[in-house]
Amino acid sequence: MSVDADTVRKIAHLARIKLPDERVEPMMNELNNILDWVEQLREVDTADVEPTTAVIANRLRWREDEVTDGNVQEKVLANAPKPLHGFFAVPKVIE
Amino acid sequence: MSDLTNLPIAAMRDGLNRKDFSAKELAEAHIRAVEGARTLNAFTVETPERALAAADAADKDFAAGTAKPLSGIPLGIKDLFCTEGVETSASSNILKGFVPQYESTISARLFADGAGMLGKLNLDEFAMGSSTETSACGDTINPWRAADGRNLVPGGSSGGSSTAVAARLVAGATGTDTGGSIRQPAAFTGITGFKPTYGRCSRWGTVAFASSLDQAGPMARDVRDCAILLQSMAGFDAKDSTSLELPVPDFEAALTGDLLGKRVGIPREYAIDNIPADITALWEAGRAMLRDAGAEIVDISLPHTKYALPTYYIIAPAEASSNLARYDGVRYGQRETPDGGNLIDMYEATRSAGFGDEVKRRIMIGTYVLSAGYYDAYYLQAQKVRTLIKRDFEQAFRECDVILTPTAPSAAFPLAEKMDDPVSMYLNDVFCVPASLAGLPAMSVPVGLNADGLPLGLQLIGDALDEEGLFNAGYALERAAGFSAQPEKWW
Repeated sequence: MSVDADTVRKIAHLARIKLPDERVEPMMNELNNILDWVEQLREVDTADVEPTTAVIANRLRWREDEVTDGNVQEKVLANAPKPLHGFFAVPKVIE
Repeated sequence: MSDLTNLPIAAMRDGLNRKDFSAKELAEAHIRAVEGARTLNAFTVETPERALAAADAADKDFAAGTAKPLSGIPLGIKDLFCTEGVETSASSNILKGFVPQYESTISARLFADGAGMLGKLNLDEFAMGSSTETSACGDTINPWRAADGRNLVPGGSSGGSSTAVAARLVAGATGTDTGGSIRQPAAFTGITGFKPTYGRCSRWGTVAFASSLDQAGPMARDVRDCAILLQSMAGFDAKDSTSLELPVPDFEAALTGDLLGKRVGIPREYAIDNIPADITALWEAGRAMLRDAGAEIVDISLPHTKYALPTYYIIAPAEASSNLARYDGVRYGQRETPDGGNLIDMYEATRSAGFGDEVKRRIMIGTYVLSAGYYDAYYLQAQKVRTLIKRDFEQAFRECDVILTPTAPSAAFPLAEKMDDPVSMYLNDVFCVPASLAGLPAMSVPVGLNADGLPLGLQLIGDALDEEGLFNAGYALERAAGFSAQPEKWW
């Protein structure tokens, strides 16, 4: 399988990365190089093999449903590029 | 290079205990070394004030008889660990200026045990790379130089850590290892690096790359120093759901150097083509060293070894594409908003400007292999092959106690040599990635020099949770190899 220019544009949009037109073809070639190389995994017989979900057996723990953190609005906003009135601000999303 | 910076951590600890020197003197000697080595570009941020504050506290503790395990030991922290109040950028432009409001569990544990911080150490952007050249903070230079005087890479992604330890700028450093990022740079710089079992070290507060693989670990002069550092780093943390709720063994106590009754496995599939003759010879010498320490050498097979790298380069980018979705220009980091642009335009412009080429490539690959129609063919198949790789190791550890391989397929290479060919860069981790996919503990021990006088390392892989056995095998190898070479100071 290999990707074409339209697929590269589609993936870039899904990944929310703006890809200038002149970068589409180089990116396509780079991705195809990598995809050609990983293609060899197809030759492995994985019938009846379960996919790995955890490398080391572990059990998710329960905890009490209680507040353990909070009241740190200033810290939460400390690194925000554009905090406004105690919120994260973004460009207008409703016309 | 003063005598104080040349001591291993164990000797610093003893010297501080005996009051041969003060923690302040130790910190000051290292601060001078850091200031004198800026050519190497090992640090993204220097924090001499933190090192001195920890040293003052340590000297008080020594005077009061309340010293802690790492009191007065000056460390470097890979810039992937969030440090409260100190910029943490993961060497990415998208996190430039990010000042964490909290401390990662790993750095918090080290500081709670008395260690000081000399600064934050450079890495490949978001730990994606094997040479530290994808860093947005510039290349780190290996203190070891080629015979022709050319600058070499320090390995990666923990290249700032490997350089800082090898050049005697820090007593030890933290690293992280997703597919070899502790072991390969350790081998390239003639130091020791240890990746514990997945789950031994908390991932909380460490900038995430591929969460099912990421593990923190120590990088230091020798095996004992790694054991000392891991003792403080390891342990259960309720804030990481994959943290293992198990007691932490006494790693230093495991160092006897006696391998009598132990079996060392040599996987035949690691004898791949195009490996330099001196690495093959080193591997053979390593077998003899471990045999002399009492071990029995056994041939083993890990049949799916050749599929480990392609499996890794599906799984790691898939997880990265998900983890790095958080860099959206809203909550932290850099933001780019095109004139009149909407929210989506802002996301796309921010991520395009903030991520470097290798990170973009991996996000794109990861997005593709997880996308509708390709998930089964790529991602699910890779997770199944991962099961087979893990099964290979489970079977091998019925026949042996520890596995010996080379750490990397070459010595350190010149800057810029592999940057135009991602797949050739990926091949650096051919020997490291299988243990990562299986979550196993593994370490690199410096064993010799190649014909050009550059350090080479051997890798030991242990069974899950058997850090003690692994540390002891590493200690036996280290004692037999007697590696004491250091880079000649030119910086």
